[in-house]
Amino acid sequence: MLASVGRVTLRRRLTRSRGRLVALAAVVVVLLGATAVWISREDPAPDFQVEDGFVEVSGATLDTSLYIPSQTPAPAVLLAHGFGGDKHSTEKDARELAAAGFVVQTYSARGFGRSTGKIGLNDPDLEVADARFLVSRLASRSDVVLDSPGDPRIAVSGASYGGGLSLLLAGTDSRIDALVPVITYNSLAEGLLPNGVFKGAWGGFLYSMGVDSVVSSSDGVAPASLATPVSGVCGRFTPEICRAWTEVATTGTMGPETTALLRRVSPLTVTDKIKAPTLLVQGEQDTLFGLDQSDANAAQIPGPVQQVWFAGGHDGAYPDDELRARIISWISFQLRGAGSNPFGAFEYDVQGNITPEGIPSARTVRADPAGATRRSVELLGDAQTIITPPGGLPAAISGMPALNSRLAQTPWLSSLFGMDLPGQQAAFTSAPLESQLLAAGAPRVRLRVSAVGPPGDGVLFLKVFDKDPNDNRTLPGNAVMPVRLPPLPADGSPVEVDVELSGIVRPFETGHTLQVVVGTTDQNFRTPTTPASYRVSLVGPVSVPVVPGAPTSSLLPVGQLLGILGVLVLALVLGFVRRRRSPDVDSSLSDTPLVISSLTKAYPGGVTAVDDLSFSVARGQILGLLGPNGAGKTTTLRMLMGLIKPTAGEIRVFGSLITPGAPVLSRVGSFVESAGFLPHLSGIENLRLYWAATGRPAADACFDEALEIAGLGSALSRRVRTYSQGMRQRLAIAQAMLGLPDLLVLDEPANGLDPPQIHAMRDVLRRYAAAGRTVVVSSHLLAEVEQTCSHVVVVHHGHVIASGTVSEIASAGGASSFTVDQPVLAASVLGPLVTAVEGSVVHADLGTSSIGTAVSALVAAGVSVERAGPRVRLEDAFLQLVGEGS
Amino acid sequence: MTAAGYAPSRTLRLGVELRRQLRRRRTKMLLALTALLPLLLVVAFGFGETPDTAKRGGTFADLAMVSAPNFVVFGFYVAGAYLLPVVVAVFFGEAVASEASWSSLKYLLAIPVPRLRLLRQKAFVAGWLSLAGLLLFPLCAFLVGVIWYGAGDATSPTGDAVPFGKSVVALCVASGYIVVQLSWVAGLALLLSVVLDAPLGAVGGAVLAGVLSQILDAITALGGVREFLPTHYTFSWIDVFSTDVNWTNMASGALLSLGYCLVFCVFAARRFARKDITS
Repeated sequence: MLASVGRVTLRRRLTRSRGRLVALAAVVVVLLGATAVWISREDPAPDFQVEDGFVEVSGATLDTSLYIPSQTPAPAVLLAHGFGGDKHSTEKDARELAAAGFVVQTYSARGFGRSTGKIGLNDPDLEVADARFLVSRLASRSDVVLDSPGDPRIAVSGASYGGGLSLLLAGTDSRIDALVPVITYNSLAEGLLPNGVFKGAWGGFLYSMGVDSVVSSSDGVAPASLATPVSGVCGRFTPEICRAWTEVATTGTMGPETTALLRRVSPLTVTDKIKAPTLLVQGEQDTLFGLDQSDANAAQIPGPVQQVWFAGGHDGAYPDDELRARIISWISFQLRGAGSNPFGAFEYDVQGNITPEGIPSARTVRADPAGATRRSVELLGDAQTIITPPGGLPAAISGMPALNSRLAQTPWLSSLFGMDLPGQQAAFTSAPLESQLLAAGAPRVRLRVSAVGPPGDGVLFLKVFDKDPNDNRTLPGNAVMPVRLPPLPADGSPVEVDVELSGIVRPFETGHTLQVVVGTTDQNFRTPTTPASYRVSLVGPVSVPVVPGAPTSSLLPVGQLLGILGVLVLALVLGFVRRRRSPDVDSSLSDTPLVISSLTKAYPGGVTAVDDLSFSVARGQILGLLGPNGAGKTTTLRMLMGLIKPTAGEIRVFGSLITPGAPVLSRVGSFVESAGFLPHLSGIENLRLYWAATGRPAADACFDEALEIAGLGSALSRRVRTYSQGMRQRLAIAQAMLGLPDLLVLDEPANGLDPPQIHAMRDVLRRYAAAGRTVVVSSHLLAEVEQTCSHVVVVHHGHVIASGTVSEIASAGGASSFTVDQPVLAASVLGPLVTAVEGSVVHADLGTSSIGTAVSALVAAGVSVERAGPRVRLEDAFLQLVGEGS
Repeated sequence: MTAAGYAPSRTLRLGVELRRQLRRRRTKMLLALTALLPLLLVVAFGFGETPDTAKRGGTFADLAMVSAPNFVVFGFYVAGAYLLPVVVAVFFGEAVASEASWSSLKYLLAIPVPRLRLLRQKAFVAGWLSLAGLLLFPLCAFLVGVIWYGAGDATSPTGDAVPFGKSVVALCVASGYIVVQLSWVAGLALLLSVVLDAPLGAVGGAVLAGVLSQILDAITALGGVREFLPTHYTFSWIDVFSTDVNWTNMASGALLSLGYCLVFCVFAARRFARKDITS
């Protein structure tokens, strides 16, 4: 018996832990499934090879890498790196291009990385000649597609310094078929000395990169300036560049020689010869090479030009994955004719707020450059007097080269860039905007300046601020435009000058104001040092360029919204479409409360709790389901309630097949295994809510009868959690009897009841059945079944081993017992009928004779009969049947 | 064939189930907690100094005391990662498992309440209670915020000011998004509630999955796979406080959550319909 209980527990554990495993597996699969997808996507075998090597060019040895895709011949891409980098800086782009099937040539420009030679700043005779040589080398390779002998199918790209090279190369080498200059310049002089004012901070930054590469590539530990003689200040720069740099850095101006040199190394000398399709990619966060440089290139190039302004640049990020992928498909379109042109004539990113991830949100707008217009915004502000402080100190801070977008992520840091220095700024502010103003390009103002006293150096700095209703100012793109004034009359008469400010892309929101600030100093520039005072005013409005366009991707995430709609529709469909099972009713059994046929419940793992069990119950019976613990009684009753599914066989209640939730179960009241109540509610509330849950009329419940059975008295209004086991048991039986069901199923009802209650229960059940209803009681107690039930089914190991009326099972034939004072005498009187004598009890099989006849005979023989009756042999029968105890 | 007055569609009506759940102490305590947390925050903030409303920068925590909308936004930040998911996980995780642990599930099923109907009614009521918790929190935070910090503009760390009226609308949208975003927790908790018979296991499992997802989301090396983590878009509601609202993240988050929710619910229904009820 213990073993079978153990089995049941084990089985239950097995099913439970299996359930947990399923749940755990579901979570793990969901969370990690995507990881597998990601890993498999992220880990493709590189389908290209890399050949490293040094290439001799005139005056230098270049460190090169050639990426060869698996499928050749293929078009080629020449990738040039930015200033201060080397061939490794372009490795990521090279890999992406090679993966897209291009032969990619990367190299360290002379003076950088492991390449030797001096930096000529893209000198046509040095760096540009080097690149031309590399193109010729590619033309000699069999794995590069040729347009004609010596002319490879090739695109050239690069960022910043490399972008300049791509323009200069494309302008001097007609073999170039497409070019993508990224964040680069048109005129180096305009980039470094806008309007003739030296952008000192950036200049120094770039110079240090040219010197730095000496330190890093030589084995000297000490700074270059100490380890090398005075000429060492030139680092790897050519003497000409070094001289020009020294002049600009020390005087802040360019002599004619420097002007000529910077012009010579700038794309503007050759842009009018570029016929190849050009994709100009310029950054909106770029205080080194602003949007004006890209505009100038676009205006000068006669070939087909497309322009992209992205949310990045020298102050911000490199083009992101998405933009890089589009650039690659552009190159693919140009070199292979594959796909369609992924860019319009002009696209720009509009940056929104800083997202919680710390990066600005951006949307891309595709516009027609021909549709560019200008919007005039009136500015308020009288003439103001501003001073250039002696020595140019303190100087306004408008940003930190290369760090501006990082700083913008910390708003309070970037708010420093809106600080006013006393006396140095004249501000002209618009009225709050009535609609959003999306500026894309360089605003223009007309400035009227007069000298107050000596005219000084005549340099002013102009900025456009976006001022929100809380008076917080943002300097879009950290853009500052210096202006060198024409000579100012000493008599104080004003001079008017048109100023084009730095190019910006900025949505000025409704309610914000636009503020033009004229300052006298800026730390990023070589600030004039001669003290001076100016009277400044603006003539007319500020003219803001507007390029109307449509967002390339709709602001409404259509895909996701459709997906959401799909999920909701699917949910509705799943929720409403249901399999309608036609009820399986055997009408010939409609008056039979319960028929169980060949019922089997086997659990995975070989435990069979119920094995081919069959019996039926007729109306008005009180059937006892008798068996030891673990015989399968409870499992059978659970199947009867539709809680667990039979492995085989079926149960019919009033002819209806029992399935989970079969409607006929509404005619069955049950109490199986344990009471189930909401512990936080009182007994009466539990019963009332249970009845409410059935949805049947309250009048049908017959609460009073049920409560009488429960006999809980005042405890009914206590919370169930305070109940004893017996109280719960009684409440559960009461619950089972709510509504007086036609079939009442009680599992071990006597457990936890005390003898008077058991007695009362018997009466209740008898009355219940007498009214034509049917009761099924399971028990492992013989006495219980014997005294309560009319019929009994004995179950053991899941089988029915006997069934019939209690008396049929208990007393077969005329077995009787007599308790007498003289057992020996009595035995002799009854003679051969005696089957056994136990102490004062004589057992006999009377056959057809009645007990009364036997008693008369005994009394006549002088035996005093204390007790006489049919021998109660159920216990024996039961023990014999289950094979235990005999 | 059936007992008089019995109809499957009348069993375990929502009102009945709600009455069964509302009397529970944990229901009351959980709802009270969400309602009282804003007061707790106010008391905690009382120890700090008054902020400068014109101050630009810092985080939402620094700006919490600027105005009622800011206070609610801060509350969402504080509660968004743990408290609100726990509220949802408790109501859904206990839905079926607590009945199983009380042994009352079998009596409901023997009424009989059809299994899918029982699951649906339980899920609806858990949804109502979760909704009550999720909306009670911003509502109380808003009232508390108006009383203590005034009905001012919502100020973002970037210094953008959203007018009070507009910010109330934004708060409503954000609350709605949070409700939808947490649907994946509801689905998972319901599934676990069906699979496990222990309410604690179901609630804990759902909360644990959220924590695990947040940990994975913090590992940037995972790259694109993070976009499929159910908690990835937890805080995307912040987008509604921009002047130029970008709905992409919120739509992605809603789609992801609803998708997870549907899958979990389908599994839960499938499992519950076929399960042997042994408790």
